[in-house]
Amino acid sequence: MNQQQPKRQDNSRVITRLLASVMIMFAFGFALVPLYEKFCEITGFNGRTSSKAATADSGMQVDQSRVITVEFHTRVSRGVPWEFRPEVRSLRLHPGEVKTVNFYVENKTNRDVVAQALPSVAPGEASLFLNKTECFCFENQPLAAGETAVMPMQFYLDPDLPDHVHRLTLSYMMYDLTEQARPRTARVERSE
Amino acid sequence: MSTVVTDTHSAHDAHDHHDHKPTGIKRWLFTTNHKDIGTMYLWFSFLMFLVGGSMALMIRAELFQPGMQLVDPHFFNQMTTMHGVIMVFGAVMPAFVGLANWMIPLMIGAPDMALPRMNNWSFWILPFAFLILLSSFLMPGGAPAFGWTFYAPLSTTYSTDSTALFVFSMHIMGMSSIMGAINVIVTIMNMRAPGMTYMKMPLFVWTWFITAFLLIAVMPVLAGVVTMVLTDKYFGTFFFDAAGGGDPVLFQHLFWFFGHPEVYIMILPSFGIVSAIIPAFARKPLFGYASMVYATASIAGLSFLVWAHHMFTTGMPTFASLFFMYMTMLIAVPTGVKVFNWVTTMWRGAMTFETPMLFAIAFVVLFTIGGLSGIMLAITPVDYQYHDTYFVVAHFHYVLVSGAVFSIMAAAYYWLPKWSGVMYDDFLSKLHFWASLISVNILFFPMHFVGLAGMPRRIPDYALQFADINAIVSVGGFLFGFSQLIFLAVVVKAALKKGEPAPAKPWEGAEGLEWTVPSPAPYHTFDVPPQVK
Repeated sequence: MNQQQPKRQDNSRVITRLLASVMIMFAFGFALVPLYEKFCEITGFNGRTSSKAATADSGMQVDQSRVITVEFHTRVSRGVPWEFRPEVRSLRLHPGEVKTVNFYVENKTNRDVVAQALPSVAPGEASLFLNKTECFCFENQPLAAGETAVMPMQFYLDPDLPDHVHRLTLSYMMYDLTEQARPRTARVERSE
Repeated sequence: MSTVVTDTHSAHDAHDHHDHKPTGIKRWLFTTNHKDIGTMYLWFSFLMFLVGGSMALMIRAELFQPGMQLVDPHFFNQMTTMHGVIMVFGAVMPAFVGLANWMIPLMIGAPDMALPRMNNWSFWILPFAFLILLSSFLMPGGAPAFGWTFYAPLSTTYSTDSTALFVFSMHIMGMSSIMGAINVIVTIMNMRAPGMTYMKMPLFVWTWFITAFLLIAVMPVLAGVVTMVLTDKYFGTFFFDAAGGGDPVLFQHLFWFFGHPEVYIMILPSFGIVSAIIPAFARKPLFGYASMVYATASIAGLSFLVWAHHMFTTGMPTFASLFFMYMTMLIAVPTGVKVFNWVTTMWRGAMTFETPMLFAIAFVVLFTIGGLSGIMLAITPVDYQYHDTYFVVAHFHYVLVSGAVFSIMAAAYYWLPKWSGVMYDDFLSKLHFWASLISVNILFFPMHFVGLAGMPRRIPDYALQFADINAIVSVGGFLFGFSQLIFLAVVVKAALKKGEPAPAKPWEGAEGLEWTVPSPAPYHTFDVPPQVK
């Protein structure tokens, strides 16, 4: 009865390989996080705009034939008593035209905070064509208790914006980052 | 698959010392016997089926009428969450592992699973996982209430501390599943009887083989996701929180990368069961054996390329939507091959309608209905209408309850004579079948309409125009729930050996090595491997 059928492969070899697969898939789950981030950066999949200032090309042609509506949307994260709003709800512009929009923020609390606004563009594919030459979202916004600030944002739409995009929404969510010293998204190239 | 086996009785006598086993609780705690472990898995999954089912009945009781009657919304959310988690990880998956433990060694002519001690461990950590999960009801804030899909930020920012228990229990369930999968793969690769080539294996073995690879591929990803939820909630990471550079949509990508293969993990073994039962009662060999194997493998492969069809409404570029829509629809092709093969097997067969066959035929019909509503959901533009409505609830309950659960019941009736040594009570089993078949359709079919009309899922209250349909659905729910007690009665009766003694092969047209051993299957089988021709 000890005569087992001949084994095709050593059990331990199969087990080792399977355990290695488990480890690889566990690591793969975590590897998906940076892969996704990179993927979004290239494709604009999640609608996040670049955190770096763009430089408008002086030779850029303004496309007079198209008019795009850009809507602005602002929110503060839950339970944070600030006011945060754009000076206009929407504007219409030609691709290639540079515009500036001011955003107002008021810290209604009695403590100093550090705020960070994060942009998001819908539809996501348009995020690759919305270029900001200047934006408050590139860095943290320290706000003293009760302070009011006017924050400019200068941008243009790349004339290569896909033809089917006629309207896009630029949304800002303001977060309270007082607790976190240096968040990842606040990494800016320019010196502070 | 004709086989020659050494006379099992004389082999049994010669090796009588093998039947010595500890008695009482020790037998079950320390057992390494695949039949004991299979039995424990099956009883455990049935217990969890009743626990998860009671939660479903609480949901249906609250939804019987519009307005808030019995529970508060937070408790309602705990019920939907725990119902889902328990049914997926506690009822359906362990039931399949139990069937695999019992049947795979018997079907391939092996004396036991390849890794019996790990087998013991992979079962015994499971009750602790569910004890941890269920104990979260006693915590302040109650059990998890974020849905079985535990989307961030519901499970991170807005959850109670029961999340930690949820995460740890998920880790343990994952470990158990991975160990079970490793055991199945090693057993199938290394323990087949001489002559049992891969393309001679019964389809239940084949489908489990492929399922085990799916488990190895995606359970570690689930472990990673729950770990990220844990660290986001307690250790200041920002995987899914935009404030720190993360992305909540990433959670959905990671979760469904696990989640979609997971739904096939819960259906592929069903295909194997039905492919064993239909030929037995149609008295014809299975039509298109090889195409069944390839179709199963294709479904498994495609399952990795369709995850984002759960996420159409998160906003996706047109190209991505179309890709996931077409890939999803492509799955209908191998699935269609399977349904075609089952129907063709029955075509002009000498069919009889014993209870396993009734459940198998009901599986084919009702699973196909669930598959067709799946194709409707795959169409991106209409998914915007169906997303998160009761149409989705109807869809996945058709494939999971009248699909996976019906196939498990078919398997239980089919192999119960082999496990217990007695025939089940025929009248009660038929009563169970007809009660289940009628009530499951009263329960889930009207959900399609109420979903198309716009009733969202996971809500404790609803608009008045949905009242009548919800009342009907709730009645169906209670009928279906209590019908399962008949099943319990049948199984208990058989387990107590009350019934006619079963012959080694109780089904005239059945094929396979499991019918060459006596009923009930002796504690040790195939000490001497059979020769498969």
